[in-house]
Amino acid sequence: MIDRDLINRTLGAALRTGGEFAEVFVEDKRSSSAVLDDGRVEELTSGRNRGAGIRVVVGDTTGFAHTADLSAAGLAGAAEAAAAAARGGGGGVREVSVDRVDGSRPMPVRIPPEDVAKATKVDLLTMADAAARGEGSAISQVTARYGDSRRRILVANSDGLLAEDDQVRTMFSVSCVATGDTGLQTGRESTGRTIGFELFDEADVEDMARRAAGRALTKLGARPAPSGAMPVVVGPGGGGVLFHEACGHGLEADLVAKSASVFAGRVGEQVATALVTLIDDGTMAGEWGHFAIDDEGRPAGHNVLIRDGILTDYMWDHLRARKEGRRSSGNGRRQSYQHLPMVRMTNTFISNGSDDPADIVAGTERGVYVAQLGGGQVNTATGDFVFGMTEAYLIEHGEITEPIREGNLIGNGPDVLTRIDAVGNDFAMGSPGTCGKDGQGVPVGDGTPTLRVTSLTVGGTAA
Amino acid sequence: MGDLPELARAILAGATDAESVEVCVGRAVETTVRVHGGVVVESLTTAESHGVGVRVVVGGREGVAHAGSFDADVVDGLVAEARDNAVFAEPDERVGIAAPDGVAVVPVDRSDDSVAATSIDDKIALARDLEAAALAADPRVRGVRTAIYGDTRSETAIVNTLGIAASTTATVASLSTSVLVDDIDGGTRTGGAVDAARGPAGLDVAKVADLAVGRGLQLLGAGPPATGRPLVVLEPRFAATVLSIIAGMLSGERVVKGRTPFADRVGEEVAAGLLTMFDDPTDADSLTAAATDGEGLACRPVPLITDGILRGFLHDSRSGRGLGVASTGSALRSVRGGPTPGHRSLHVAPRSGDLDAFVGDIDDGLLVASLQGLHSGVNAVSGDLSVGVEGVMIRNGELAEPIREGTLAGAIPRMVHDIVSVGADLERQPGGAIVPSLVIDGLTLGGGG
Repeated sequence: MIDRDLINRTLGAALRTGGEFAEVFVEDKRSSSAVLDDGRVEELTSGRNRGAGIRVVVGDTTGFAHTADLSAAGLAGAAEAAAAAARGGGGGVREVSVDRVDGSRPMPVRIPPEDVAKATKVDLLTMADAAARGEGSAISQVTARYGDSRRRILVANSDGLLAEDDQVRTMFSVSCVATGDTGLQTGRESTGRTIGFELFDEADVEDMARRAAGRALTKLGARPAPSGAMPVVVGPGGGGVLFHEACGHGLEADLVAKSASVFAGRVGEQVATALVTLIDDGTMAGEWGHFAIDDEGRPAGHNVLIRDGILTDYMWDHLRARKEGRRSSGNGRRQSYQHLPMVRMTNTFISNGSDDPADIVAGTERGVYVAQLGGGQVNTATGDFVFGMTEAYLIEHGEITEPIREGNLIGNGPDVLTRIDAVGNDFAMGSPGTCGKDGQGVPVGDGTPTLRVTSLTVGGTAA
Repeated sequence: MGDLPELARAILAGATDAESVEVCVGRAVETTVRVHGGVVVESLTTAESHGVGVRVVVGGREGVAHAGSFDADVVDGLVAEARDNAVFAEPDERVGIAAPDGVAVVPVDRSDDSVAATSIDDKIALARDLEAAALAADPRVRGVRTAIYGDTRSETAIVNTLGIAASTTATVASLSTSVLVDDIDGGTRTGGAVDAARGPAGLDVAKVADLAVGRGLQLLGAGPPATGRPLVVLEPRFAATVLSIIAGMLSGERVVKGRTPFADRVGEEVAAGLLTMFDDPTDADSLTAAATDGEGLACRPVPLITDGILRGFLHDSRSGRGLGVASTGSALRSVRGGPTPGHRSLHVAPRSGDLDAFVGDIDDGLLVASLQGLHSGVNAVSGDLSVGVEGVMIRNGELAEPIREGTLAGAIPRMVHDIVSVGADLERQPGGAIVPSLVIDGLTLGGGG
């Protein structure tokens, strides 16, 4: 993307006025998307973003600058701006020479989306639209989205690291509106993988459309959700968001270091019931949060965070790990070259337990069964979190009965982890997500088997 | 760096006679200072970013291309790429770029030279002062999670082949902090606050620190509430949040596509008679005021709900065509995509009373202190609302025990009817809204208490 000599000169310029660490992150991202809405293919969009972010670390201070200009002059300007920002006082010239290290392992992409005709992508949209509308005249509106991106990155730093990655992601989603006597209801289905257009060998867009339509139709008859604390069973694949919010963010080392996490200082302690083993794994090939190297050039890792209920480790980026004299866990990520990296999750999941999912439901006298979760949010300092349920049912006398309207669930991370009393053996990954932190969004995956929380507060309107 | 309108016109020159083309060019210079640990600058970012967005409409088909660079090799192919994308869209008579509509532009000066003139050291000092003030505000403050100063100078130019030519410049500066407060039981509560102005001179360090700390302390000892239906009191910042959700449901695009419960209800009583709500980006007091919209048309006041009666929707040129009305100058856009209609500067007509007066009049109520999960808990199509809430219960006109881990739920169309008080205490919000306190009845407070 840029040659080694220019990298060396840029890092040298970044450290000209002192500093312990300098890094150049170069990104060239192309994206394309197509939207079908209201029965028509509305819009195809192509995007290109290319530039470099340069950071310089002096003591506890990080200076950062970015530029869309990848010429020698543009990079020198950004390097100087980053150095000035870090206010290095030491002076003196430092020679920097980088060498390629491991991690440069291009991901296998069978069908690069850029080689696929736009007409073929558009066909997927019209197929999904027809399939959703075929579910009945109550389906009044359908939106289908196709998107792909190819993100090439290069990371080089003054420790001598040089690494590259080529990340291809492809996604598809369908959202339906159903209209009935009780008003409007929505249903959504999405898939996204870190692979090329071969995604559609495994993902049947018509099937997805029918499921999205089915969700909206089912909810037309939904009752108001109950309110108050009760047992909640989360279906396979759905519960990842729960753990992402309930403890994932709280295990990010940057928040731990600021004592802004309820899990600070608790490594080695029992933080969850022994049924819970929580893993963050950027190496899961093809998953939405997969990559070869993170945005600091470190190889993706398979990191066990909680093993049989015991907190084993946090997630680390380069800076936080360096302070602790340990290695990054491959969790340093950023939205784009215009952002500083920080500790982020990748694919976060709970491993299989031994319970039969049917028994988990049958053993629940009264509660809520959540088949599909929406987004969530957490206050890591207090552990209080919420997440939305977009498809949910009542459990009455051990059986899943009527659908209920959408709503949020609220809980406290450390409390909820101690209230997981059943984990099924039907592990599945959930829908692709975008995790937001300090204004930056990155693609993440999550997964769980069916599991039960003995008490969560359901935010419905029925008393 | 060249002049933006000139760059936009140069790109527009790639248009052929058979097509309509719109070019939007933007540039932003940002500074962000994050302070942690008293004297340490955690990070300082200073950078300039560029963006170009092109829309080509030919034969009722639209294609879009964008790039985050002004480099010639990137920009040169954009019109051709957008044109190629248009081939695959299906024709739609609603599609098109905006034509000049003769509405005069109200100049709104949104630039403050002090953003550029203030030294980086002074900006760092603002963030440091904020952290220090928060730490010193109360002995129970255990730490400061974030103390951030940020500013942006942005310029935008929009030109199109129908003769639109608009350019705007704006500055905004902000201070924000999130503090950690020791709770009685050894746990932690948090409080946050933000202040925004056109330039650093307009920011109030002490106010942000005191607000954040006060909001954290107010929740000490909080536990889960009991389920019930208290009157819900929203200070202006939360009134802005809730009204913004409602205004989002009045977007013309949602109406055209049948995605809002308010479609086909113009002229009907959709809200309490106390509520008069309009969008007015021409009000220079609003931090998001703008002279022109995302298609280059003049921004103008748009009545939405007057004395409870639905007056109309927010339109860009496409949604306007869909309903056979003119654009209301309400196109929002980033260079990365086409415009969509929406509100910029929400206003509510003041009535009477203020937050203290409302609390004093309520026997059973909840003063909201934070709302969580708005992105996952609001369905603008079905109108279902369900959010996490923290706050302080109100009993017999007095603030009583604080609560956390609660939920608030209701149906939005019902909720707008159930607004029982609209205050006179208009407050300018960092997000641009200028709204007073509200009291809402009929919401369900849920909890495990």
